[in-house]
Amino acid sequence: MNRKFLSFPYLIWMAGFTLIPLLLIFYYGLTDRAGGFTLDNVKAISSPECIQALLRSLKLSCISTVICLILAYPLAMILKHSKSRNSFIVFIFILPMWMNFLLRTMAWQVLLDKNGVINNILSFIGLPSLNMINTTSAIVFGMVYNFLPFMVLPMYNVLSKISDDTIEAAHDLGANAFQTFIKVILPLSVPGIVSGITMVFVPALTTFVISDILGGGMILLIGNVIEQEFTFSNNWNLGSGLSLVLMIFIIISMIMIAIFDKDGEGTVF
Amino acid sequence: MKKFLSSTYMAIILLFMYIPIVALIILSFNSSKYMSTWTGFSFRWYGQLLSSTIIKDALRNTLIIAFLSATIATILGTVASIGINNMKKMPKTITMGITNIPMLNAEIVTAISLMLVFIAIGLKLGFLTILIGHITFNLPYVILSVMPRLKQTEISTYEAALDLGASPFKAFMKVVLPDIMPGVTSGFLLAFTMSLDDFVITHFTKGSGINTLSTLIYSEVRKGIKPSLYALSTIMFITVIIILFIANKPKKSEQ
Repeated sequence: MNRKFLSFPYLIWMAGFTLIPLLLIFYYGLTDRAGGFTLDNVKAISSPECIQALLRSLKLSCISTVICLILAYPLAMILKHSKSRNSFIVFIFILPMWMNFLLRTMAWQVLLDKNGVINNILSFIGLPSLNMINTTSAIVFGMVYNFLPFMVLPMYNVLSKISDDTIEAAHDLGANAFQTFIKVILPLSVPGIVSGITMVFVPALTTFVISDILGGGMILLIGNVIEQEFTFSNNWNLGSGLSLVLMIFIIISMIMIAIFDKDGEGTVF
Repeated sequence: MKKFLSSTYMAIILLFMYIPIVALIILSFNSSKYMSTWTGFSFRWYGQLLSSTIIKDALRNTLIIAFLSATIATILGTVASIGINNMKKMPKTITMGITNIPMLNAEIVTAISLMLVFIAIGLKLGFLTILIGHITFNLPYVILSVMPRLKQTEISTYEAALDLGASPFKAFMKVVLPDIMPGVTSGFLLAFTMSLDDFVITHFTKGSGINTLSTLIYSEVRKGIKPSLYALSTIMFITVIIILFIANKPKKSEQ
């Protein structure tokens, strides 16, 4: 018996529940309620409300991705040198997921509140209080908090595979610490960086929950607009059309991964 | 000095990761109903937890869906991994590309696409549709955990078992499975955790009349969350820590 047939139930499952559903989004996105072909649902992205939400989403997700990148790289380097067991490192970043993600995000509401813990500490040490809740910065904060593990883990995976011999060889050949980093470590960690960037950028771009909770429901991201089309307005065609626009960014991310992380070294887990 | 800086940096990041959890655990003992004021220590919300059928139903749904979806995804995914491992390069690349779709795609797009397909085939949104949705996004985690293990496994041991008269099924159970077990276990645990923490897929595929903990919490975000939910989360979180602590102990003595 040819063992590759064992993957057939899985392939049928994925066809039925991943590929066909995606085609349905295309179908709904490119038709009107009566079923006739139209591009109006996609063009709706240029309406003031949608384009504003999309630009805001792009801006906030870019900022969050950059912050995650800056925070995660040193952390991944430290973890590489810490000689902890691999499973332990994955574990400390996965463990928070056992406390519901909505509740954890809610908790930041309390901490960031005008009369919250952080402002109390600030006023205690004599600093002016910050107005953080229901602002775009609170949303960025929530994005960084929720998606940081998805930047750290791929980077750590890639960095931990760089053998000490490679680094020693660079030193033996006369490179100093900085040169070793720029010429050896950084280029070798590109798959992890690219994978991390997409793993943060895509969920940040498309979230509607974080903006709902930390933006006080006043700051709409593109995810909120789409969610409302499905849950309130019941205009699936418009919602699907806007999703198609989002898929452009997702497909760009997938292509980036295919180019820079060919061997799948930078997978999260 | 360098070591001090690294440890401090690591500590700050971990503080950032765990501060909301600590805050929720503290709030679960707050006798006030409001998040922002502390009026004294109390077990009030733990008591109310026992009498709330809404929360108990949501908890039961959450755990059943997490367990079933992780189990089904683990079986389907492990069997599929063996098949994928035996594919030629081209079909393998395509299959792994498809496997990556639910991982890389935006949750909201996956969720909407599933909802549209369920409605198109006339499946009533409810328990079954949530389960199918969860299996779908859990499968990649299982496959990506099992595949690396499978690559390290020597095909010759399996063939030796066949030569010695084992049936393919028995050879798999006795020879291959023990080899790939760590990957299977971590795939299952990841799938279970992801299912437990999922909100977006459930939100779109659940229909009315059924709640998981995530959707119950979301429905209460506007009107104020019942502190009993903090109490429940605290219990779940502490339970997991205790289980993991016990499970990891023997390993330490092995080293």
